[in-house]
Amino acid sequence: MNIEATNLTVSSSPHAHSKNSTAVIMRDVCIALVPALIAAVWFFGWRALTLTMVSAAGCVFFEWGYRKLLKKDCTAGDWSAVVTGVLIAFICPVSLPYWTILIADLFAIVLVKQLFGGIGMNIVNPALAARAFLFSWPSLMSGSWVASGTRISVLSPSLDGMTTATPLAALAENTLPTESLLDLFLGRIGGSLGEVSAAALLLGGVYLLVRKVITPRIPLAYLGTVAVLAVLFPRGGNDCFDWMLCQLLSGGLLLGAIFMATDYTTSPVTHLGQIAYGVGCGVLTILFRYFGAYVEGVTYAILIMNCCIGFFDKLGVPKRFGLVKQKKGGAEK
Amino acid sequence: MAPSFFGGVHPRGFKELSCEAPILPIRPKVVSIAMSQHIGRPCTPLVKLGDRVTVGQKIGDGEGLCVPVHASVSGTVIAVEPRPTPSGTEGLCVVIESDMQDTLCPDIQKRESVAELTPEELTAIIREAGITGMGGAGFPTNVKISSGMGKVDTVIINGAECEPYITSDDRLMREAPEKIAGGIRIIQKILQPERTALGIEKNKSRAIASMRAALPEDMELLELRVRYPQGAEKQLIQTVTGRQVPPGGLPAAVGCAVFNVATCKAIYDAVYEGLPLVRRAVTVTGRAIARPSNFLAPIGTPYADLVEAAGGFSSEPYKILCGGPMMGIAQHSLECGTIKGNNALTCFSQADNHEVETPHCIRCGKCLDVCPMRLMPLQMHKAAQKGDLLALEKGCVMDCIECGSCAYNCPAGIPLVQSFRTAKKMLRDEQAKQKAKEAVK
Repeated sequence: MNIEATNLTVSSSPHAHSKNSTAVIMRDVCIALVPALIAAVWFFGWRALTLTMVSAAGCVFFEWGYRKLLKKDCTAGDWSAVVTGVLIAFICPVSLPYWTILIADLFAIVLVKQLFGGIGMNIVNPALAARAFLFSWPSLMSGSWVASGTRISVLSPSLDGMTTATPLAALAENTLPTESLLDLFLGRIGGSLGEVSAAALLLGGVYLLVRKVITPRIPLAYLGTVAVLAVLFPRGGNDCFDWMLCQLLSGGLLLGAIFMATDYTTSPVTHLGQIAYGVGCGVLTILFRYFGAYVEGVTYAILIMNCCIGFFDKLGVPKRFGLVKQKKGGAEK
Repeated sequence: MAPSFFGGVHPRGFKELSCEAPILPIRPKVVSIAMSQHIGRPCTPLVKLGDRVTVGQKIGDGEGLCVPVHASVSGTVIAVEPRPTPSGTEGLCVVIESDMQDTLCPDIQKRESVAELTPEELTAIIREAGITGMGGAGFPTNVKISSGMGKVDTVIINGAECEPYITSDDRLMREAPEKIAGGIRIIQKILQPERTALGIEKNKSRAIASMRAALPEDMELLELRVRYPQGAEKQLIQTVTGRQVPPGGLPAAVGCAVFNVATCKAIYDAVYEGLPLVRRAVTVTGRAIARPSNFLAPIGTPYADLVEAAGGFSSEPYKILCGGPMMGIAQHSLECGTIKGNNALTCFSQADNHEVETPHCIRCGKCLDVCPMRLMPLQMHKAAQKGDLLALEKGCVMDCIECGSCAYNCPAGIPLVQSFRTAKKMLRDEQAKQKAKEAVK
């Protein structure tokens, strides 16, 4: 009988661990983004897929390269760089040249994420920071939105006669977009690669909720605030509910509310803080959309709120155990 | 909604490995009995090398917060020396070689009736029997009782056994429900509570049925939600009464006293059989064990004997725990002997290895959601890493009950509990330093 016990590991309790891991969570986010990717391929052609793959590969490469170069432990396998890569592609026009997206990847992974200490340490969302960075090439980033149903060549995107105004541009002019609400919901509109199909993004959001990767607090607070403000302050004499639905379904709002504002590292941890943060994102989004220079407000709204989580984390700190009024005597069931 | 506590996690139970195995006696050839088995002062040995001892003979006792220890086998004392104990440190042990006769100490006498005994006399019997809390912490039971006298309106009996793998309390409730009920009756007689409730997690249906049949009408049986740490003292009190034990306070502060079912059985044995706490049910289980079992093991039974009786290792052991996976203490060898609070020996194989080499917090907040003490583990960990004592104190790190829910749930695999243990020690050391400074002034 074997009762030999050599080479025992001694460590602090607990010795059991849930099956959850950073990699599992990040992979779940990637899975949740798949419907939107399929929609993008459907509306814009195979270049949507190749651009996303190039971006994801670029991010993983930069993550691996940086950690290798600085002799730090390798975090390239935790899927977080994949998430960043896919999200960067999702918020860019499908016609963006490959070299540009690789520069955006480099910016996001090295400058925004790794220089601050890598996963869990960055102040702002790397993908959104990359998008803000890409606005330095306005010719590439706006005014060249590919019309839905246009199959862009995988290798040499030429945009002659294929661009369109996005619904967001119409809203910025205080008019309702020409597309129907159904088009907006399904994604038959111009816009960034992964943000067009509200239906696909919502499907991904439901997956994240079911897998308990995110809670509804941030997305609901964010979307709810935008909805309430849009209903209260419709512009251009439009019907307030049409206006509200168009605001919700246009631009990067759903992608931002479900996948970007919920980024763990750059959002608060307390429940009340999360709600306040979501409300703040909503208010800023509407302010930027109504009064900003760019038509889109989501990017800067979330980036600014990212910088405030130190404050939001102080809201709703759980009450210390045992400091409540004691119910003495009576037993309760 | 079923009454409950804050947070908590639901680790897989693995109780099926050993829950159908009856508690079998085990007879070690040598026992190594630690003089420090409880919270408080260690005992001073009352025997010396070469002495003959009998089962139940007092072999160690002391003053202050201390209860005696007794010989668990009859035989000869072959050593009184420091030996490794399950807590990971060395401690003075009395080592007895068994003569395999199990001769009872002549002082041990049965009692037919306890009616004429006063609460003080009963408490004294419990002290002399060396009874300590058998659920883990090992607080002297007589002190718990006497400090609760006059303050306690609710007595809670803990049969939750929420820690995965362990089945010793489950088996005890199935096999000796009358003795447990008898023990509870004695506690009732001493403390005179308005309410007595036994809490058992819902997944132990056989134990629930068995206890229901044995409990008299004035005792409640509560079927508790299966959620760890349901059996933690503060959480059980919250579940049963809705009251929260104040920070740094004892259960008596909210009118409660909590006793483990195994402790109740030990009280019965002490009062009716006259038998001190010399053996207890121990579950030997885990993936690395060939035949997971439950044993009635004399205190001080070497772990090697327990493993051997359970069929040895079926695969190479990776970790061996005194206790269960959530709060158990990892052992570096099999040479320690069991102690009074030792409800299980859990043996993991390499397949149970979940260690992450360089964990990175991603601020997911999943630690915060499961903390039953409503702490913010991620902030506390940050402060602990920086050695920021002020932030640690403000974060109430001393409130941490080290249940392990946060670390269990952490996707990054950060050893949070280890971090908090270190932080608590830093704080305690600092406070001691401050006190010393003030004393000099």
